[in-house]
Amino acid sequence: MASAPPNAVLETPRRGVGGAVYDSTADVGAVVIRWFETLGDMTLFMWRTIAWLATRMPRRDTIIPAFYNIGVLSLPVVALTGTFIGMVLAVQSYTQFKQFGFETRLGALINLSMCRELGPVLAATMLAGRVGSAIAAEVGTMRVTEQIDALTSMGANPIHYLVVPRFLGCLLMIPSLTIMAIFMGIVGGWLYSVQVFGIDSYHYWHNSQQFVHNWDLFYGIFKSVFFGATIAIVSCYRGFNCAPGAEGVGRAATAAFVLSFVIILMLDFFLSIGLDRVHNMIWPELG
Amino acid sequence: MAASAIKAKATKSVEPAETLIELCDLTVNFGRQAVLQNVSISIPRGQTLAIIGESGCGKTVLLKHIIGLLFPSSGHVEFDGQRIDSLNEKELTALRGRFGFLFQNAALFDSMTVADNIAFPLKEARNMGSQKISQVVSERLKQVGLPNTVLGKRPAQLSGGMRKRVGLARALVMSPEVLLYDEPTTGLDPIMSDVINELIMRTRDQNAVTSIVVTHDMKTAQKVADRVVMLYPLTRLKASESQIIFDGTPEEVMACKDKRVSQFVRGEAGERLLEMEQATG
Repeated sequence: MASAPPNAVLETPRRGVGGAVYDSTADVGAVVIRWFETLGDMTLFMWRTIAWLATRMPRRDTIIPAFYNIGVLSLPVVALTGTFIGMVLAVQSYTQFKQFGFETRLGALINLSMCRELGPVLAATMLAGRVGSAIAAEVGTMRVTEQIDALTSMGANPIHYLVVPRFLGCLLMIPSLTIMAIFMGIVGGWLYSVQVFGIDSYHYWHNSQQFVHNWDLFYGIFKSVFFGATIAIVSCYRGFNCAPGAEGVGRAATAAFVLSFVIILMLDFFLSIGLDRVHNMIWPELG
Repeated sequence: MAASAIKAKATKSVEPAETLIELCDLTVNFGRQAVLQNVSISIPRGQTLAIIGESGCGKTVLLKHIIGLLFPSSGHVEFDGQRIDSLNEKELTALRGRFGFLFQNAALFDSMTVADNIAFPLKEARNMGSQKISQVVSERLKQVGLPNTVLGKRPAQLSGGMRKRVGLARALVMSPEVLLYDEPTTGLDPIMSDVINELIMRTRDQNAVTSIVVTHDMKTAQKVADRVVMLYPLTRLKASESQIIFDGTPEEVMACKDKRVSQFVRGEAGERLLEMEQATG
């Protein structure tokens, strides 16, 4: 077999620093254009899903397994991680609070953090990792093995059949998971604070009550609905646009988790700002 | 033998019938890669057409254009006088109901049992009760020679031949007018390949369907087809040549003097290995 001559690399035309800058700019430009294309494509995908949701409800035998898999099977892992996050918060904050003699206010910090931030983000992270990756891998495998083509050829719309039940599952199940994460986080934080640090239980709850309100619980649950929708859309989109082969399916699963997580954190930031403004509009005296 | 001369001969041997599917100057590009170029084929109602050709010459792509799973870069497909690209989503769904498609690896849904797989198109159509659906599923299963005991199994529990037969039962369940077979015997042992060939013929005779069989397997092409069309990869064609290098009867394809056709029919490598080595340097 013929092989390349050893001096082949010398024959490559030298373009100098200007050429290298030009190539680098073009590469960056191509990445940005691809990113915007994906964003536009994903938005269209979401609109098609919502349009199908409004047009025709999926069959019960597709909805119930999706709800069970997304909601019921995720509960134990969300509960477990929620408990530990609550305990970690207690461990990390106790020393600082004790320095100022505020240890009985630990409950306010833990409970407020769980309700507003950690509960919804933790539930969403667990859902993206456990369910989002699985959705991307499952839909990706269906794409690679022509099962999506088979669905279409038999008169079923793949978005209606595959995406809508998963979208509904994530959208409607994530509030329950968030409540579970918040509840277990609060219980974990209280247990550790009272049993290990010896904080008085009455003062712990009394201070929590002063700082945590219904709005804070609503705040977390409201955000979680957007996180659930993001996980479903990103994961299904990645699966639908999966590259051929086992490597393609693996990449789709990984990309689904990473992209979901990035979007969740960005959404979290903007939703937090938006919800704080709404709060200040409704209760200006508390702002 | 030139394709046009053979086509003329083939037309004489086949009874004139109403054209059901018409591919008109179909050109397909995936990005910069051209897969099909100006392919025109007319398929009469009731005919069994075998499309043969090397891997990567665009046979499966052509099949997916016929049912509207893909749309061409230029040219169009007509089915029963209607241009497929002019149909809206609802009309296209209705049109797809007139087709049955046996995919290369059967494309059975992993998460469903055999019974649910076969019943899927009926449930999706939402116009039949569950008892009637069970009855139709059993009938179709019997038609492809499988016992009712497989109904509760998952596709992963079936052999390759059984999966193909379940795929065929699913393709038949809506009593389609046209059956599309993508490599129906690939990966099967010779006996199971012949079972599938027999089933294709039986289906054609019992249901009076138009069939299009994409295959590498010359035994299948010879056994089941009324007409054979051979596609050639665009990368190996000269600029002025047609991508259809043969169009005629199964007997004619075996006797064809065109080196490209005879080489494929006899399964000979010829100078191909040398060409591949030269191409890779």
